[in-house]
Amino acid sequence: MGRQLSEAIIDGILAGGVYALMAVGLTLIFGVLDIINIAQGILVVLAAYLSYVLSVHLHIDLFLGLFITVPAMFVIGVAIHWAFIRPLRGRERTSMSLLASYAVALIIEGVLYTIFGSTYTNLRAWYVTGAVKVFGFYLSYIYLLGFALAVVLVLALYFTLYRTQFGRSIRATMQDRTAARLIGIDVNRVAGLTFGIGVAVTAAGGMVFGATGGGFNPNTGYDLISRLLAIIILGGLGSIAGALVAAVFMITLEGVVDVLWSPSWSVVVFYGALVLVLVVRPQGLFGRTAARAQ
Amino acid sequence: MSSPTAGPPAAGSQIPMRTLRLAGIGVALAVLIAYPFVITDALYAEFGVLTLLFVAWAVAWNMFSGYSGYISLGHAVFFGTGAYAVGLLTEHLHLTGGQIFWLLPLGGVAGAAVAVPFGLIALRVRRHTFVVITIAVFFIFQLMAYNFSFTGGNSGLSTPAFFWSPATYNNPFYYAALILAVGTVVLSWLVRGSRFGLQLLAIRDDEDRARGLGVRAMRVKLSAFVISAAITGVVGALWWFLIGQALPNTVFNPAFDLSIALMAFLGGFGTLAGPILGGLILEPLQQYVTITFTNGYLGEILLGVLFLLVILFLPRGIIPTARERLTAWRAWRERRGPQAAPIGAAGADRGAAAGPVVTGPETGTRSTPSAGSPR
Repeated sequence: MGRQLSEAIIDGILAGGVYALMAVGLTLIFGVLDIINIAQGILVVLAAYLSYVLSVHLHIDLFLGLFITVPAMFVIGVAIHWAFIRPLRGRERTSMSLLASYAVALIIEGVLYTIFGSTYTNLRAWYVTGAVKVFGFYLSYIYLLGFALAVVLVLALYFTLYRTQFGRSIRATMQDRTAARLIGIDVNRVAGLTFGIGVAVTAAGGMVFGATGGGFNPNTGYDLISRLLAIIILGGLGSIAGALVAAVFMITLEGVVDVLWSPSWSVVVFYGALVLVLVVRPQGLFGRTAARAQ
Repeated sequence: MSSPTAGPPAAGSQIPMRTLRLAGIGVALAVLIAYPFVITDALYAEFGVLTLLFVAWAVAWNMFSGYSGYISLGHAVFFGTGAYAVGLLTEHLHLTGGQIFWLLPLGGVAGAAVAVPFGLIALRVRRHTFVVITIAVFFIFQLMAYNFSFTGGNSGLSTPAFFWSPATYNNPFYYAALILAVGTVVLSWLVRGSRFGLQLLAIRDDEDRARGLGVRAMRVKLSAFVISAAITGVVGALWWFLIGQALPNTVFNPAFDLSIALMAFLGGFGTLAGPILGGLILEPLQQYVTITFTNGYLGEILLGVLFLLVILFLPRGIIPTARERLTAWRAWRERRGPQAAPIGAAGADRGAAAGPVVTGPETGTRSTPSAGSPR
């Protein structure tokens, strides 16, 4: 049991890294645009299918394929923002954009079902099946590579946000949209690009998720989005550090409950933790209390 | 078939509006009561039941979300709870046939019982976090339905067989649904005109200011949430009787949450007649798509596309937009002066324009104490 437990914790931390990546995209979009992109879950699945098509039909390595899927998902993100989010105005903008992204999710889900059906798919490569012994535990290469990829991308995102001019405009927009516009930031452009970046990280997340999880089908999107939402609420909406911590914590917790109790209840514990935190701290772990009161 | 509140407008302006409106409602009710005698085809009779059920649900949803501005995407929780509660009771009490209709109110009690703790937690947070929490709670309930032993897991719960004659098989369901739908609409109308309703609309416009003016926001929001949940629970229970089986993914169905919201948004979010109209349009359309196309996912894609179209091009819904157009058109008409149009036509036009303006529900901003909402 002790051995299983430590294995669960290691797996949880490694898989948590991938969830952190997907959650950071979601929370970044929220921070800048004040909207919650419900389509994030199905976009991860879409990215996983893109990787699948590239690797099976064009025989492109999964990691090399990212050079195609990341830009592709970026373009899809910018397009979704341009067509469905940007035109929304008025008092109900936030709620409407949430519903719009839900509608986009439904459409993508329906299209994926039509093309790929409901059978579960897995991404395959030598590093998915091969394993390496680290400190007495057998770990699949993909867990390590996926974690490394997540770390690299999160660092790159941090660098962009805190060390570049564009990152400064993003943070300025997150703090105060009107003030950012007044000092000459093209808020619409920042919003569009942020949406693109937030969706682009799903390409990497989707690839690793598709290779590590127990397979995916279009319905997996619901499972993913509900977890991601729980993570970003727990971390505090709009907080990047919060999303990172909450992702690793929640996924590890889930793995531990898997071992100690039962896999069918681990997800309930997952949401139970969310509810408990909200009772004590409605703004989440790292959330700001009075931030963006309308 | 028209919604009860938007009665036939094209009569002369001599008849008082009130009489006209009552006549419209009377005609609509007569049509609804006669429907099962005219439409005897079993399939279309079932469409009628489903449409009424969804109208009731959309109106109930709107009574909370539309009036308070807190969008709930977790109302299927109450739907499923109602269905399962009544299902389990039927099983344990070994009830058969028409008896089980007496259990319907218990579906509402179950929905309300779940709504109290749900609302106490979820209504503490800001609006968009609320939406997300309703989605999360929804998934918890779906998982519980799958995993608890007493819910029947994957095989769900089935109704006992009803041995009614095939010709009128759907009638008991139809009239139960009709009573439920009409009752919900009346309740929604009463809430709209009451102090309680005004408090809800004030919360929707500016919650902090409403609180400052003495509205007990939490109590008001929670009451509306629980009322709405109770009706949804009854709808769920009746749906289970009609369909005959409750599965975790058919009663706790995420597409339901979205359909309901779409019905309200299509007709007019936060208006009285909006969700009625939306339900009357969308539910038959969805049923039609389901039976016409073999690709089961086409309905889903269509729902998504329709939703996007409504949000982009008709964001305020049919009823507020139509009313706005008519008012603008009437103003244009008056500017042009009476000599431009023949007198008879002008009279009829005034009647037509006055119809929706007077009978239609007011928008939230007009009737609230806070004057400074940004628009």
